[in-house]
Amino acid sequence: MNSPKINIKPFGVHSVLIEWPNEVSEVILEKILHFERFLNKEVFTNKEWELVPSYNSLLIINRTKQIDFQKLSSDISNWYVQLKESPKPDRYLWRLPVSYDLEFGLDLEEVANHFHKTKEEIIALHTGATYTVFGIGFLPGFMYLGGINKELEMPRKATPRAKVVKGAVGIAGKQAGIYPQESPGGWNIIGNCAVPIFDASKENPCFVSVGDKIEFYKISKAEHDLHRIEAEVGIYKPEKIKIDA
Amino acid sequence: MLKVLKAGFYTTVQDAGRFHYRNKGVPVSGVMDEMSVFKVNSLLENEESSAVLEITMTGPTLIFEKETSMALGGAKMSATLNNLPIQNYKVYRIEKGDILSFGRLEKGFRSYLAVKGGFTSKEILGSRSFYKPITKVNRLIDNDNVPFSLVEDFQPKLSEIKVASFLDESVLEVNKAPEFDILTDKQLEEIFSKTFTVAHENNRMAYQLSETITPHTKSMLTSATIPGTVQLTPAGKLIVLMKDGQTTGGYLRAVQLTDKAICILAQKKGGDVVSFKLV
Repeated sequence: MNSPKINIKPFGVHSVLIEWPNEVSEVILEKILHFERFLNKEVFTNKEWELVPSYNSLLIINRTKQIDFQKLSSDISNWYVQLKESPKPDRYLWRLPVSYDLEFGLDLEEVANHFHKTKEEIIALHTGATYTVFGIGFLPGFMYLGGINKELEMPRKATPRAKVVKGAVGIAGKQAGIYPQESPGGWNIIGNCAVPIFDASKENPCFVSVGDKIEFYKISKAEHDLHRIEAEVGIYKPEKIKIDA
Repeated sequence: MLKVLKAGFYTTVQDAGRFHYRNKGVPVSGVMDEMSVFKVNSLLENEESSAVLEITMTGPTLIFEKETSMALGGAKMSATLNNLPIQNYKVYRIEKGDILSFGRLEKGFRSYLAVKGGFTSKEILGSRSFYKPITKVNRLIDNDNVPFSLVEDFQPKLSEIKVASFLDESVLEVNKAPEFDILTDKQLEEIFSKTFTVAHENNRMAYQLSETITPHTKSMLTSATIPGTVQLTPAGKLIVLMKDGQTTGGYLRAVQLTDKAICILAQKKGGDVVSFKLV
């Protein structure tokens, strides 16, 4: 199989960045995750190493030691060329409930006006797409979701809010996401998701991984309140569907 | 327990950091000035990863509720033990009821308190380092208690060490970061010839620098960042990510601070001046 080209760059003395072509593409993301699995399993098995994938790049970090950049980059090139097909790990589609009640959807009316659509049409566009998790960062559990419907691409707010609440569901440009905790933020907020995306008390604090898929479905405010109580006592389990590789 | 009588400005429990959750967006956290902490932990013959208190700018007043040994390092904050002045990098025997307090900030910005065996507050995701919301709190407040183990008979091999202080250093040595090669010659020239003032927006997440360099319109896809990454915004602002810094970002990564440069910067406060040197 023809592999997309990689570019290996130094990043200080403890890290090396591998970059794939500068595009948002599921084919590239798959390749990155495939290579990451290989590196985690065969090469960087010791706890000193940590790998961080995002969109078109993979960062390799050594906690304490200096990296010999020339040697490691030539090794990476060789490993990449020789990379064999391997069985894909389990991937999931997570279906997340969203209340688009105006109490939560602070910008829903503005978004609808922007596109000359009704609120219901906006909700239908938001729930109608299957999103791909291209990265997790900015905040613990903050997912960068690609796959937004072109008709929902709207610039981020001119003035960011000083405070966006936990669970706020937002859109900005080509991205969609959920604020996993209260934070300042500039995205257009159209609803709220009561499922905690990040829970530090769990051994796996974030059920979503880069490469997973997300879908949203509309629920009422009453159902949202119930989910919130379930989440607070820790009994809510997000709905997941195994994706066939 | 170590009881907080008066909290001071910003005191946290920190250890070596929280690793292996960066792919879930969790910053590494941990002590800002690793070099100073390495020395105080070494003096007490602690593990390198033993948790310490990181004390920022204005120190707390603390009372020890059991015996141990302690040492201070990092910034100089006119510390006293039962009202008698004490020095950095020296082991002090602590009896139950001893009171440690801090006065005027003399030099640096972050001081470190280590006790024999380290502080033993709860580990979350493999680390004791405070970072909200991974930990419930982001700093110690009045009447908090921080646990540590009772140590009755520690005889240190060295009771004090002379430390070549870097608190006066202001040159930050850097290596290339991923977008270094797409910066213009003019931007590079500006980064390495100008001096930069630490802005008042400086904390454990990031240090902003006041002076700007030539703006740009280059963009990139969100990609990983690490502590010490110097980001360049389109407006020409430089932002140095620190230990609680976000794990990914969309700004150009211009240069990367060395481990020592992170320690030097961690001891700077708003108004201090630094410069960059490529090594």
